[in-house]
Amino acid sequence: MGTVDFSGIRKSVCLDWVPDVKIGEYVIVHVGFAISKVDEEEAQETLKLFEQISGSLDELKYDGSEKSGLR
Amino acid sequence: MESHTKAGVKIELSCPVPISDYKNVLLAHGGGGRLSHQIIQKIFVSQFHNEFLDQTHDGAILPANRSRLAFTTDSYVVNPIFFPGGDIGMLAVNGTVNDLAMCGATPLYLSAAFIIEEGLPMDDLWRVVLSMQEAAKRAGVMLVTGDTKVVDKGKGDKIFITTAGIGAIEDGIDINPKNARFGDKILVSGNIGVHGIAIMSVREGLEFETKIESDCAPLNDLVQTMFKASRQIHVLRDPTRGGIASALNEIAESANVGMMIHEDRIPIDESVSGACEILGFDPLYVANEGKLLALVSSEDAEKVLAAMRSHPLGKDSAIIGEVTDEHPKTVFMKSRIGGSRVVDMLSGEQLPRIC
Amino acid sequence: MKYVDEYRSESAARRYADIIHKTITRSWTLMEICGGQTHTIVKSGLESLLPKEISLVHGPGCPVCVTPLEMIDKAIAIASQPEVIFTSFGDMMRVPGSHIDLLSVKADGGSVRMVYSPLDAVKIAQQNPEKKVVFFAVGFETTAPANAMAVWQAKKLGLKNFSILCSHVLVPPAMEAILSSPENQVQAFLAAGHVCTVMGFEEYIPIAKKYKVPIVVTGFEPVDILQGISMAVKQLEDGRVEVENQYSRSVQREGNQAAQKLLLEVFETTDRAWRGIGEIPLSGYKLRAEYAEFDAENIFDVGAVHAQESSLCIAGIILRGLKKPHECSVFGTECTPEHPVGAPMVSSEGACAAYYHYRKV
Repeated sequence: MGTVDFSGIRKSVCLDWVPDVKIGEYVIVHVGFAISKVDEEEAQETLKLFEQISGSLDELKYDGSEKSGLR
Repeated sequence: MESHTKAGVKIELSCPVPISDYKNVLLAHGGGGRLSHQIIQKIFVSQFHNEFLDQTHDGAILPANRSRLAFTTDSYVVNPIFFPGGDIGMLAVNGTVNDLAMCGATPLYLSAAFIIEEGLPMDDLWRVVLSMQEAAKRAGVMLVTGDTKVVDKGKGDKIFITTAGIGAIEDGIDINPKNARFGDKILVSGNIGVHGIAIMSVREGLEFETKIESDCAPLNDLVQTMFKASRQIHVLRDPTRGGIASALNEIAESANVGMMIHEDRIPIDESVSGACEILGFDPLYVANEGKLLALVSSEDAEKVLAAMRSHPLGKDSAIIGEVTDEHPKTVFMKSRIGGSRVVDMLSGEQLPRIC
Repeated sequence: MKYVDEYRSESAARRYADIIHKTITRSWTLMEICGGQTHTIVKSGLESLLPKEISLVHGPGCPVCVTPLEMIDKAIAIASQPEVIFTSFGDMMRVPGSHIDLLSVKADGGSVRMVYSPLDAVKIAQQNPEKKVVFFAVGFETTAPANAMAVWQAKKLGLKNFSILCSHVLVPPAMEAILSSPENQVQAFLAAGHVCTVMGFEEYIPIAKKYKVPIVVTGFEPVDILQGISMAVKQLEDGRVEVENQYSRSVQREGNQAAQKLLLEVFETTDRAWRGIGEIPLSGYKLRAEYAEFDAENIFDVGAVHAQESSLCIAGIILRGLKKPHECSVFGTECTPEHPVGAPMVSSEGACAAYYHYRKV
């Protein structure tokens, strides 16, 4: 069990399924269990996408294909 | 019997409980006999004492040279009775004071009737009474009459407090939900959802470490500050149970107006927001005990806002929306992403989500 | 909160809405199977940002809503027994059984307690050795490992007074049931981000292939959902059929292996009845034989439970995305959150409750 901070609220959470989690990292919590560690690299990539996208489709750099599982 | 420290609140007893021969409240303490007399004199009158209460009459005889009076009544049944930032006694006094303040009145006199469950530790009763006297002093009101009953163990929930309050309304002040008009701005005096989350943080089954304390506070002084800035304040409401959503719905219904509030303008503390996320609560429906909503004419809204922000209890005040001439009796909210949804009346109690 | 607020950004939301508007050339029907997503969509008014050509229907993603009536009646019967402390997640408490709900049992003096985590129920069992503590184990694959952990811990602690009433359900079989139905209108799916956080998304690949439906694993925040929709629409317009992962900050293809390991140690798949839909083969979990002593259905004899579903409730049709809540004849009249006729009106994740609260339509 570890302590997870939700914007200042601290709660005891089971960390058994994120064994390599370190202090300062972010987790997704469900009913008292951490079910995944937030992959900050992926998160930053997605957030960058939000910045890059503008109204015109021509400027679109996003292409979902590298994330697919069916090829 | 649960001890007060379980809630994590440490109340230092500045004066020891004056009844030392009884550790707990007994049925006889409500019986009308010697023990009743003892508890009334030593616990209640000794703390609340004032020229009216000291008469120890059946009722208080009060001077009445006012044109209009505000009169309110309320019951307090909060569980647990001691919680971070307050207790049932402080809640009872401030809650009643606030109801009067929301009528535009200067709160003056309160009554308090106690229904005590047999077995309540005398210490706990004393703490509640001390807290009430402190709250009354802070708000500038007097407890002038009261009553005490004790019920069998199991037939109460430690202590229930029912109050009534009287206040005086100055000429020229007219606060009424029906005064809401198209164009009025909707103001809130600070961060929402604090009290409800403070209570939830100690409720069994939902315990989590948190530094959130109830925002329980008397709002009469803040209201006076607002009146000094403008008399174009049409409606005042303290959003207690049911949160700001319920309060706004009640006003909309009463006045037959529509409202639009903006999610990104509603002040909320990060921790309260986080707690609501975990618990699956919508902060719009979470109780507040030291906040008010005000509907102010659009011309004076900024002036009133500035006055509120200058007051310690209103420093996070904000204009969160306006009264519209569309969809009467319904409150809408523009979400952060630009969509719009109805803010309905609360149904039942909010239950934490599962996924 | 970090990694939450950014996905609520208005500018990002508008940008994705823009992309969807510019990409779409014809009507498409998309379904999401996650109560949390349903809730976000309706609460944020997201649909008002989408082009009219998109029909967003809500699937059976609310585990509370799909728990069979018999199961609720069983739960009520067990909770009513004097030696039982019945524990459950909050929103199960108001789901109507044939006659009453769990909250009424509490009001009548029964010991019914709300818990935030299944481990709290184990703690209650430890603290009350003279009572029988039962936990209502409902949920999708997201919650199953947590419930498995509770049982596993109870076994490790040698508890003799703890059991679960198990009604777990699985998403992929439900998707197949919907897709294989002749009435199906769904052309693409938004898969549930947290279910896939646990289970990964491997099992969706054969489904996408077989039924030729794009599937996008999507998160819960408004921008996640808009991004997910835009990815799905792009696939549909391109004529592609793939499983894509929008929620890559939490979901990996193989999921959370540690959680899956525990899950499969304690549970095995079984046929399960879904309220409003009927039985779907191998669509649920039950306790393995080694853990049978923790199965409340073995411990409590609640007699024959004759469940009576209201004939007015069309939850099944709504949960399959064939109708929307406001198209139900009793929506908002006989059926409201105060007196719900069926489960989707009670649970905060139910489609009917969401529509009632946030749309008044």
